[in-house]
Amino acid sequence: MCGIIGVVDRDRKGMSGASIKQALSMMNERGSGEGAGYVAYGAFPDYADYYALHIFFDNIRETKPKVEDIIERWGTIVHDEQIPTYEQPGIRKVHIPWRYFFRPDPLLMPRSTTPEEDIVTHLVMQVNSSVKGALIFSSGKNIAVFKASGWPEEVADFYRIQDYKGYIWLGHNRYPTNTPGWWGGAHPFNLLNWSVVHNGEITSYGTNRRYIESYGYQCTMFTDTEVVAYLIDLLVRRHLLPIPLAVRALAPPFWDEIDRMPEVEQQLNRAIRLTYGAALMNGPFAIVIANQDGIVGFTDRIKLRPLVAGECGARLYISSEEAAIRRIEPDIPRIFMPRAGEPVIGRVAS
Amino acid sequence: MSIGSVPLRYLITMDIDRCMRCGRCIENCPYGVFRREGEQIRVNSRPCTACHRCISQCPRDAISLEERPVDYRSHPVWTTEVREAIYNQARSGKIILAGMGNALPYPIIFDRLVLDACQVTNPSIDPLREPMELRTYLGKKPSRLRFRETPGGDIELATEIAPNLQLETPIMIGHMSYGAISLNAQLSLARAAHETGTFMGTGEGGLHEHLYPYQDRMIVQVASGRFGVDINYLDRGAAIEIKIGQGAKPGIGGHLPGEKVCADVSCTRMIPLGSDAISPAPHHDIYSIEDLKQLVRGLKEATEWKKLVFVKIAAVHNTAAIAAGIARSSADAVVVDGFRGGTGAAPRVFRDHVGIPIEAAIASVDAKLRQQGIRNEVSVIASGGIRESADIAKVIALGADAVYIGTASLVAMGCRVCGACYRGLCPWGIATQREDLVARLDPDEASVQVANLIKAWTLELSELMGAAGINSIESLRGNRDRLRGYLLDDGILKVLDVKPVGA
Repeated sequence: MCGIIGVVDRDRKGMSGASIKQALSMMNERGSGEGAGYVAYGAFPDYADYYALHIFFDNIRETKPKVEDIIERWGTIVHDEQIPTYEQPGIRKVHIPWRYFFRPDPLLMPRSTTPEEDIVTHLVMQVNSSVKGALIFSSGKNIAVFKASGWPEEVADFYRIQDYKGYIWLGHNRYPTNTPGWWGGAHPFNLLNWSVVHNGEITSYGTNRRYIESYGYQCTMFTDTEVVAYLIDLLVRRHLLPIPLAVRALAPPFWDEIDRMPEVEQQLNRAIRLTYGAALMNGPFAIVIANQDGIVGFTDRIKLRPLVAGECGARLYISSEEAAIRRIEPDIPRIFMPRAGEPVIGRVAS
Repeated sequence: MSIGSVPLRYLITMDIDRCMRCGRCIENCPYGVFRREGEQIRVNSRPCTACHRCISQCPRDAISLEERPVDYRSHPVWTTEVREAIYNQARSGKIILAGMGNALPYPIIFDRLVLDACQVTNPSIDPLREPMELRTYLGKKPSRLRFRETPGGDIELATEIAPNLQLETPIMIGHMSYGAISLNAQLSLARAAHETGTFMGTGEGGLHEHLYPYQDRMIVQVASGRFGVDINYLDRGAAIEIKIGQGAKPGIGGHLPGEKVCADVSCTRMIPLGSDAISPAPHHDIYSIEDLKQLVRGLKEATEWKKLVFVKIAAVHNTAAIAAGIARSSADAVVVDGFRGGTGAAPRVFRDHVGIPIEAAIASVDAKLRQQGIRNEVSVIASGGIRESADIAKVIALGADAVYIGTASLVAMGCRVCGACYRGLCPWGIATQREDLVARLDPDEASVQVANLIKAWTLELSELMGAAGINSIESLRGNRDRLRGYLLDDGILKVLDVKPVGA
């Protein structure tokens, strides 16, 4: 099951986390109380230029110094703090969440066109695959992921997300089947400025994972959603595909449809399917992906999971259920259902 | 009994009460099992190959066949086959020839792999209601796409895509040459390939002019004997395949006996009538990977870079590294032929003991190519021992793009896998050039049979994919998560990169 929601304010106006919490709790029918999470874009205006590395530590004494040692080999920690949490009856605090504001040293990644991003990606992969008891779960600039095992309201109150403001929010209400109770398994999944919330099961995971791993990504979170973040990072950041074409690669039109397109469009779509066949995501899914510039929502090619969108002034909402959107905007003027595979895109004004 | 005599392999018995003495068995058996003596039909079982031709033609079901009517003393080490091979070789002092594929009872990995299906957390997809895509493109694919902005501000594709073969099913028909099989057999296969939107191989026997109407569906072969190769031949095919080796006999060449080189075969192969057609073990212009690269480029140049070039190798221990070398040439696809692959004739010792199974070879090739970031540089085609649609689903999940079927397509035309292809007397008109025998195979009928088989397997593949919640074949390719190993050991599971059942 799982319930997802995303909202962007295209005028970059900050929204507190209070309303997204209420919207997400409208979809408790879709969750099981074993995982929920949020992400806010624009959460750290004072440290906006630094990578905000959010880490779950199992143990402060043993693992924290190890991780810091690795981080400091690649740049400077400008500031760090324990992420403030507030005890909730339904949440057992099994990890200690910490955040670092980090400035990578680009000289340490010569020959790269995006050295800072490559350093941070490398750090995430290295820590998550080699340091037991530590998990970097958020690594973007000016971005904060909040996730834990519990109901959406509890997780929101545990981090007091109403104290944060964001011009983009994503929320996820989890019904886990793979890794219940594991905080790392809750959504959103994040890498650099990409965050993903996902409802579904990717039947092509084995193909997608092997494809993405041949580009140096390592899947460490025992769940299919993680590959979505890496695939989109590969296609958009490293292969420079415009977002609509990246979505086209992940959920392409059927050959029958391509055969009927005008010649130029046929060529483009055939090229995408031939080149990125291993990135095609199969199985039922509805996904919302965010980066600093906006959000995009789309479903699998035959829309086996629900997705609805709504527009209200500068705000665009994408959600599993209309009720969740109406919890925030009861009188929203426009609600629409995107077709299978068709992306709904909300960009912030530049 | 003299030294080294062997007992009957098959015993044919006639039910005298049922037999109507029509003599069809006599006409149909080219091995001379039956003869007429007065009113009676007599049987000499010794030359029988169990081809079933007589049984299929008997209007009264009066003929029955028993395998190994005489027991040897049973022994787990000194098996019947081992003992008979020794008798044969003690008598002849020669290498034993054998037909069809590997006949030793190695465990078949396919049969220890099980496929996945959806339950609850994801819905299975019904191919009768939803689109199911088995379309497959073979050839080089770029590793990434580049775009440029037009003056009008639109985005257009800047990457040029190399020519690819478009298949409507991942099932192709493998290379069986004119000479090894009859023209009627080739015609039947060609029509079936045309009908089902796929391709077939010519083998190293040239392209007979009767096949020209189907040339767009033919992959022409260049092997070490270079039989039938000229620019006309290369230009006609949809693609060109360089044959380095064959799964049934890795490391050795081929030999078409002069008896099979009739006038037509001699013309198509461009060799003298009645001469033995000997394909040497190595290509004598390929002694290294860079030589292969030159030949690939040579063929590409000759055909103005319009044709795809495949390279076929036998599955041997180092296949993955060899495939990676091939991927670095201009070749568009690498064909890996497993040790269960069929053949008209191979030395028994090679057929049964040299090479590795296709399952392990494909898994390691796919892994190696991904590891080196060159998986998109070549398509991977699996062949050798594909017996049913489940094998195809499994080998694609292990990393293949498409498969070649050989023996299965012959069985669809009537072949009973008797294994006497090298005798040139195939009673079904398949592996023979004797005119009266060839005439038994009607291409109108046989092509429908073969097309039916491909269609049936394609249907089964879409059902298997739908049950696994997959509606496009590229999501099955290399998707080893949808396989589980059943009673396979840790070592082989690691090679296959497959988890055991229950994990």
